[in-house]
Amino acid sequence: MNRFEYVRAGTVAEAVQAYAAEPNARFIAGGTNLLDLMKYNVERPGRLIDITRLPLASIEEREGGLRIGALVTNADVAYDARVRAKAPLLADAILAGASAQLRNAASTGGNLLQRTRCYYFYDEGTPCNKRLPGSGCPAIGGVNRIHAIFGTSEHCIATHPSDMCVALAALEANVQVSGPEGDRSIAFADFHRLPGDAPEIDTNLKPGEIVISVDVPAREDSQHYTYLKLRDRLSYAFALVSVAAALELDGEMIRSARLALGGVAHKPWRNQEAEALLQGKPATRASFQAAADLIMREAKPQSANGFKVELARRAIVRGLEQAAAGTPQSLTDKRIR
Amino acid sequence: MLIESGSPVPADTRVGISLTINGETRALQVAPWTSLLDLLREQLDLTGTKKGCDHGQCGACTVLINGIRVNSCLTLAVMKDGAEITTVEGLSALAAGGAGANGLHPIQDAFIAHDAFQCGYCTSGQLCSSVGLMNEGHAHSRDEIREAMSGNLCRCGAYTNIVDAIEDVMQAGTTPAGAPQGAAR
Repeated sequence: MNRFEYVRAGTVAEAVQAYAAEPNARFIAGGTNLLDLMKYNVERPGRLIDITRLPLASIEEREGGLRIGALVTNADVAYDARVRAKAPLLADAILAGASAQLRNAASTGGNLLQRTRCYYFYDEGTPCNKRLPGSGCPAIGGVNRIHAIFGTSEHCIATHPSDMCVALAALEANVQVSGPEGDRSIAFADFHRLPGDAPEIDTNLKPGEIVISVDVPAREDSQHYTYLKLRDRLSYAFALVSVAAALELDGEMIRSARLALGGVAHKPWRNQEAEALLQGKPATRASFQAAADLIMREAKPQSANGFKVELARRAIVRGLEQAAAGTPQSLTDKRIR
Repeated sequence: MLIESGSPVPADTRVGISLTINGETRALQVAPWTSLLDLLREQLDLTGTKKGCDHGQCGACTVLINGIRVNSCLTLAVMKDGAEITTVEGLSALAAGGAGANGLHPIQDAFIAHDAFQCGYCTSGQLCSSVGLMNEGHAHSRDEIREAMSGNLCRCGAYTNIVDAIEDVMQAGTTPAGAPQGAAR
């Protein structure tokens, strides 16, 4: 780990100011990803700004929805009674990820900002456009079993590793941020970006902006949902493919469908055309297959992850069936029904 | 030097923090990049907490901070200024009904009774994680215990007996009270 200056911020303004004075700074809260990356020399900040003492660690009900402070730990979100009642999809997605120890430390804001687990990104002995812009992407044509099948570029095929963010994308959350130019709100779909020709940039946050809260809007029907996560081992592994599905039903008919995929792109992957296709249709396997086919039409597998195309297609259908039936995937009984 | 809100501590400077470790409050000087794990092992000679992967993947370094289990390898000591830390060396003092006949916490006795370790390297992390799990109170069934312990790897494969030991202590109702809650995490 490199040597760095340490600043303990007492207010958001102090944190923003501390960043302005040292542009090679990083904010740190849980540190579960940042410190790991620093130990691999992938991150070498000149200054760490400790934001854990900022007053951003509470969950509040707001306009029928929830405002989750950036410093609330993943565990505290997942086990909060209001979250379980209003956004069980979010709670399930969080509990599908990481380990109890990591969820106890990791923050809401940090979860949004965690970086890809691409092997090449982590290995400073190899090129990587995300770590060292312009150096190349050995994952393309290399070991890419875990990599993206949607929204890739010739510069980067990394995926975003979060489970929580897949649920937040389906729930159409908004991210409140504060920075040198003031406060603003970012729709979740616009928070993360695709790699394009600047894969070193993961999000649309401006330099020095800090996440203040994540707002989860109210939904009329929060009970037709699932978070279906498929991975190489049954616990404590990143998703190969995951599906967050949230349906609003009128009897057998779909009033609205929100669907996001994890493990397949540089950001939680949504296809609004497929969601529109489901609207007003019966909640049947035929409808779900049509939506899955529409989504998967855009898939572009790499040399070693072609299996993800069929896996994702089936996961979408299964996830929508679980959501429609109101039988979300169990977090402990991992058999898929 | 002392930490002042908003004022940078220059690199290569040790800072003064206070930690209560296994019930004893200590004034410590730490470099900002010192992990809690390295502080415990290298500076305080509390070598019960193990360094396995040093990347938050194995759980061998699990300790309790204000009663909550975390990976001490991914924790900067300086950020936990004011917190209460419990390591495996302090578990017996946490036992609600006092330590058992051999001076151990019930979970330690249960690990022995159920042969829940072989080489022992992961054991202190497994023990602290077990106590953390019981403090959390979310796991009840055997499947839930297994899921909630997935952050602690055991390469010898003692998992079945570890779950037996935890189940035993939970059923005996000797779940320990956690360290005081509410301080900085």
